[in-house]
Amino acid sequence: MVTNSRPFSIKRMPGFSLLALACFFALYMPLAPLVFYSFNAGNNIALWEGLSLRWYVAAWENDLVQSAAIRSVVVAVIASVVATSLATMAALGTTRTRPYRGQTSIYAMVNQPLMVPEIVTAVALLILFALIKESTGYHGYAYLVSAHTAFCIPFAYLPIRARLEGMDRVLEAAAADLYATPWRTFTKVTLPLLLPGILAGAMLAFVISLDDVVITEFVKSAGQDTLPTYMLGQLRRTITPEINAISTVLLGVSVVMVAIIFFLSRKKT
Amino acid sequence: MSTEHISNNESFESLEVQAYQREVRRNLLLSTPALIVLFCAASGPLLIMLVFSFLTAGDYGGIKWQFSTEAWFQVAFYRDIFDETVSIANAHVSIFWRSIKLSFLTTLVAFVLGFPTAYFIATRPPETRSLWLFLVTIPFWTNLLIRTFAILEIIRNQGLVNTVLITLGVIDQPLDMLYTDIAILLGMTYVYIPLMILPIYASMERLDFRLVEAAYDLYATRWRVLARVILPLVKPGVVAGSILVFIPSLGAYVTPRILGGGKHLMIGNLIELQFGQGRNWPLGAALSLTLLVIVMGALMVYVRSAQKEGSGHGH
Amino acid sequence: MKTIFNSILSGLVLAVSGAAMAAGELNLYNWGNYTNPELIEKFEKETGIKVTITDYDSNETALAKVRAGGHGFDLAVPSHSHLPIWVSEGLIANPRVDQMPNFKNVAEEWRNPDWDPGRQYSAPWQWGSVGVMVDTSVYDGDINTFGIILDPPEELIGKINVAPEMNDVISSALLYLGGEACSGDKELLKKARDKLVEAKPKWKSMDYGVIEKFAGRDLAASLYWNGAAFRTRLKNPDVRYGYPKEGYSLWADAVVLLKDAKNVEEAKSFMNFIMAPENAGLISAFARYANSIVGSEQYMPEDMATAPEVVVPQEFIGAGKFYPTCSPEVQKIYTAIWTELQK
Repeated sequence: MVTNSRPFSIKRMPGFSLLALACFFALYMPLAPLVFYSFNAGNNIALWEGLSLRWYVAAWENDLVQSAAIRSVVVAVIASVVATSLATMAALGTTRTRPYRGQTSIYAMVNQPLMVPEIVTAVALLILFALIKESTGYHGYAYLVSAHTAFCIPFAYLPIRARLEGMDRVLEAAAADLYATPWRTFTKVTLPLLLPGILAGAMLAFVISLDDVVITEFVKSAGQDTLPTYMLGQLRRTITPEINAISTVLLGVSVVMVAIIFFLSRKKT
Repeated sequence: MSTEHISNNESFESLEVQAYQREVRRNLLLSTPALIVLFCAASGPLLIMLVFSFLTAGDYGGIKWQFSTEAWFQVAFYRDIFDETVSIANAHVSIFWRSIKLSFLTTLVAFVLGFPTAYFIATRPPETRSLWLFLVTIPFWTNLLIRTFAILEIIRNQGLVNTVLITLGVIDQPLDMLYTDIAILLGMTYVYIPLMILPIYASMERLDFRLVEAAYDLYATRWRVLARVILPLVKPGVVAGSILVFIPSLGAYVTPRILGGGKHLMIGNLIELQFGQGRNWPLGAALSLTLLVIVMGALMVYVRSAQKEGSGHGH
Repeated sequence: MKTIFNSILSGLVLAVSGAAMAAGELNLYNWGNYTNPELIEKFEKETGIKVTITDYDSNETALAKVRAGGHGFDLAVPSHSHLPIWVSEGLIANPRVDQMPNFKNVAEEWRNPDWDPGRQYSAPWQWGSVGVMVDTSVYDGDINTFGIILDPPEELIGKINVAPEMNDVISSALLYLGGEACSGDKELLKKARDKLVEAKPKWKSMDYGVIEKFAGRDLAASLYWNGAAFRTRLKNPDVRYGYPKEGYSLWADAVVLLKDAKNVEEAKSFMNFIMAPENAGLISAFARYANSIVGSEQYMPEDMATAPEVVVPQEFIGAGKFYPTCSPEVQKIYTAIWTELQK
């Protein structure tokens, strides 16, 4: 049955690695023009006019775009951490349990933000938050963060739930038999088993928050532009390579960060 | 049967009931924080939209506080602007249909590419798996608009793909991909594929390869192992991924607009139009609630049937 | 690094205190990428007022947000078509722009526009027109007509773009057929719909980003705004901007003081500031549209002061008109036509 010379591996699926590598290639291919045009001397993101660092200089000197980029990242970090914690709890409360009244409703409600186009939530939030802003006079970041947290919850919830579903209770039961407290069982057994799901959910939530534009556009108070809303305004005019420069820097930072995490984790093992 | 026995049985049952009630209480308690946030910043405000859908459109956007069912009428019927004849709103139907078709294809392509990728990651050595996971999401740390324009740059007539194909001699005329449904499909797949890969990975990571080994021992072919052993075990991940790709692509807005050349509307664009230049907020509200009801109905039917099928699990 | 640190810090401070509106601050709500940073720097240096800019992407978004209230902005920059709505809904205050010291710099024809009689409410920002741009190496016939888009000559078919702006597209079709923008004439609206439905298969796209596609010669004609046509000509010297002789619409954006502004004095001094020629010149130099201030040309880049896209040639001035936003009834028909066109 085994026709190739490689030893038979139960984990190998013919063509899968090839497809996976093709997928990674496709994921990274669009980044080539993105990075390429950040070094454009001209003021267009699709018309090459020679090599220059002018857009890095421009981005470095532009407080508006810098603070927008930082604001995006800060909001995304807070929203994804909170959303992932809430989603983990909700997943534990709706999965691996005997069926109870309201279980399906909770499931539907947690996933509700997926089901209406952003503009609808955006307009509804605009009206609600405007009332609160007017009556309290508070214009801070709580609105933006809570809106982002809410729509990030299903993106964190579904991967965590997928992980949890069918996860054996045997180990937890064993821990309980050994007189571990429920909390100890949770932190020492359930949580480590759940971690890949939590990590996947957190990453999705982070990316989704980072990219959001419509809800942010309607919820933001004065001076709260994020990178996507800053860019949206440019859609009707020329989009300049300044954003490419900022994105390239973000990309570089994230690659370095991942590399550091990787090497640190390797040292430990 | 002695009386003693009956009372014992009863107390046993009531203990059982108590344990069940405790479990339900725990479950509700765990779900409450998420529900509160969702109610305050997502689902609750949607009640505003329900009210709006029964009001009259304001002259310049917004609403007038006048009861009307006109918006719901307009969702399904089209009153000719010129001769007032009423017919089924076929523009809405064809826009809904196109969106569903494209979202389905997006989900399919994302699955065909995403499943092997998740499998690939899940079969790497444990310490490198998170690294691969990061590699999937890093391209998405850049800006959505810029990414979409980068795709446009790649598939246009003088773009990367056509240049490479022509240089290799595969084709001699550039493929006209830009501003077609193919372009939208490519763009949406690109945007949503991490939403497929990550949940599948999450449920595949714990895959017990002893089961696979057992199947091979019984002389199963690779495809049979894949279809009968692996796929059922990672089904929760596949379902989660499909939901996360299919539903958001129904409401997609930026990608169809830029890569599709804006010549055709999708549901997201249609609803956007009502809240923007169309100045018909009630219709926008009614259209989005229609979408919500369809999607949520489908999802609940699915969950209920999955529960029935899987009852007995997890006890 | 310092700015990064500062913005994190101020972000934290803001989060705690909730945007305390101290004296000497100004919150400007403007179209994205429309405000010259040099202009703001100059204003901050001269007055010591700290300006915060927030972006919006459409008149509808801006109107919805300001109408909802609790926004915290002092100044906004609506288009002329929407300005009367802002006035009639009581969203803006009357700062008596006509009595400000720098009002003397406003050109005569801009002192009493239909949409702001007596010019009491709004300080001019920029203005432009909706026309057609054509690559004359592809088609060298008459370009001063919307026929380029609606009855395209053979050479242009399949190389046409139309900016996806509902109002501009349908109004242009009405003008082409001999009517007025926002006309309530149903027969004419019907003809406009048929014309658009007939023309659409000859278009390649309905998109905003066109400059690079003209430069790469993917496109040869587009319904577009004059400022973009000017920037396109700098990349492709064969591109010309046509002012349709059937009539074309003009637009103007103007700065208004919001009724619930907290920094009224600072806002007024900004309105006065932008009517000075050297400052108006900075506005135009950045976004590359004309302004309404006499003497500002000398502060603009040289190529701009002579560009036929910016300075309307005498023979075409008559055909351009400011149209108000359509009545609710007509807007409904517009939306129906637009949905029909893009189904």
